[in-house]
Amino acid sequence: MISKPYIKLKNVSKVFGQNPDTVIDLVQNNIDKVELQNDYNHVIGLQNINIDIPKNKIQVFMGLSGSGKSTLIRHLNQLIRPTSGEIVVNNVNVTELNKKDLINFRRENFAMVFQKFALLPHRTVLSNTYFGLQIRGVKSPELENTAKYWIDKVGLDGFENYHPNQLSGGMQQRVGIARALANDAPILLMDEPFSALDPLIRIEMQDMLITLQKELKKTIIFITHDLDEALKLGDNIAILRDGKIIQSGTGQDIILNPYDSYISNFTAQVNRGKVIECEKVMKKLSKDTFSNVTITKETKLEEAVRVMISNNINEVDVLNSKNKYIGTVYLNDVMASIINPIDEP
Amino acid sequence: MSILTEFPSIDTETLRSLKKSIDAGFKNFSRNYGDSIESFFEPVRFLLIESEQFLINTPWPIIMAIIAIIAWAGSKNIKIVVSVVMILLLIGYFDMWENTMKTISITFVAALLAIVFGIPIGILMAKSNFFQRVMNPVLDVMQTMPSFVYLIPVVMLLGIGKIPGLIAVVIYSIPPMIRLTNLGIRLVNQAVIEAADSYGASNTQKLIYIQIPLALPTIMAGINQTIMLALSMVVIASMIGVTGLGQPVLTAIQNQYFTLGIFNGFAIVGIAIVFDRVSQAYGKRIQESHGTINDK
Repeated sequence: MISKPYIKLKNVSKVFGQNPDTVIDLVQNNIDKVELQNDYNHVIGLQNINIDIPKNKIQVFMGLSGSGKSTLIRHLNQLIRPTSGEIVVNNVNVTELNKKDLINFRRENFAMVFQKFALLPHRTVLSNTYFGLQIRGVKSPELENTAKYWIDKVGLDGFENYHPNQLSGGMQQRVGIARALANDAPILLMDEPFSALDPLIRIEMQDMLITLQKELKKTIIFITHDLDEALKLGDNIAILRDGKIIQSGTGQDIILNPYDSYISNFTAQVNRGKVIECEKVMKKLSKDTFSNVTITKETKLEEAVRVMISNNINEVDVLNSKNKYIGTVYLNDVMASIINPIDEP
Repeated sequence: MSILTEFPSIDTETLRSLKKSIDAGFKNFSRNYGDSIESFFEPVRFLLIESEQFLINTPWPIIMAIIAIIAWAGSKNIKIVVSVVMILLLIGYFDMWENTMKTISITFVAALLAIVFGIPIGILMAKSNFFQRVMNPVLDVMQTMPSFVYLIPVVMLLGIGKIPGLIAVVIYSIPPMIRLTNLGIRLVNQAVIEAADSYGASNTQKLIYIQIPLALPTIMAGINQTIMLALSMVVIASMIGVTGLGQPVLTAIQNQYFTLGIFNGFAIVGIAIVFDRVSQAYGKRIQESHGTINDK
């Protein structure tokens, strides 16, 4: 499933302070964040980040505040320049671009959604939405038509002539998303886009993003501090702490094999039934015939339980993508996997 | 110990020769370059004379209608338009129409020049911290130096008349224009600038699409201040030959004509109120259409 990396970060480090170059060797040699701060008066933003991001997937970076996740996302479009390291986007090393090339590269490759929306307060919803296009030199009437299409798409039909301050937070972020999508850039950077929204609106927006992504298949970099959000949206998740990636993988990998106690503290709160797939608890068997109630190996445990209970059965057969029988899951095993193991570190 | 009771200054002879040589140097300069500098200001003189001629020669009802229309376009407030017309009617009734037109003319030209030069300088200051550091003391000098002091070299160069008066008015009234443009642009929400950067906006695009529109309410406040200061310089400028409402005030001071002074003084206050209310109402309307000055 893993395609060729579309975005590649190689040994990226960022140091904030008076003379970052003087301490970059220490940072590359894994000096501790606190030590650098106390002894050298510099702050680590990112430390030796290495990650490959595949095309057309949602890559989530999760971390608490101060973990460097917002710094990291700004390195991709070079709003922040790294102190050392290489960032390759679509075969272009963006760290080497000069100012003019960088501006063009941003126009063609990136659109960004911000936590605090960052809409232009003096512009209407319509002209906010076509801002990115206008920057790229697209002219009327294509400008308005494209903007209108995306405004409808995010469910703001009829609000074209409102100003941002007349809209609720959720609606403002819909404008932010419409602005990003109207740009038709292959990479969508989302910096905690839903963190400032009410829980119910947040879920609504997450669902909208999932629906849109099914159709658009963009490369989305999504920042969040919420593991549930990360698991719901992310094809891949990288967990950041103190400017370092401490674990990277699919949501299921992270839930089943948390790297350390820091991560297992997070995963303990998670509804495992929504993340773990049946393949993980399936007994591999082989037989030629199978019952008429079946599930696929990607079915989440919670869904498997629902199937079994509604059919009043204790086991259900699992098929692969070619509709071939590959094994059976048992209600007991499923339930055991859904509850949190007590003996975790 | 005379050094404690008397400040150790350079001796009178040296000081006198220093002043003499500077004066002589400047006199030479103005003899040699006075004419070319004067021709440099020719377009400004032309603008000044044309606008004055237009205001004086056009029948007063037309001028009044034009001003009322401008007031309406700026404020969209019928109360302001009515009070503007009332003030102008009173000024005309007390036979100060022509002088008022002359004053409006020079204020208009001075404000125009202050805007044309002030806004770009303010933008440059906002873009460059170095330029801001250079400009700040210059602006301090312009605002605090007594205007008579810089009137001397201007009069030496250009003689007495409208142009030196105009230059004095512009020097005095341009600093708030520059400062508030600078401030307005610097106060634009950084998150919005970052958003523009992320979409690949060039510096010019950021300026046109974001910084100037968002700084506009502050810039309007600068224009308002500039007009007020220009008006307040009218009396001083009348000492070097600027005609208008300042001249009767000057005559009144010299001859102790109390009533003449107070009438013309009130006329200046009257047009100040007109300019102020209209430009402020306009600034407020821009602010409302942005709607978001508070939630920065």
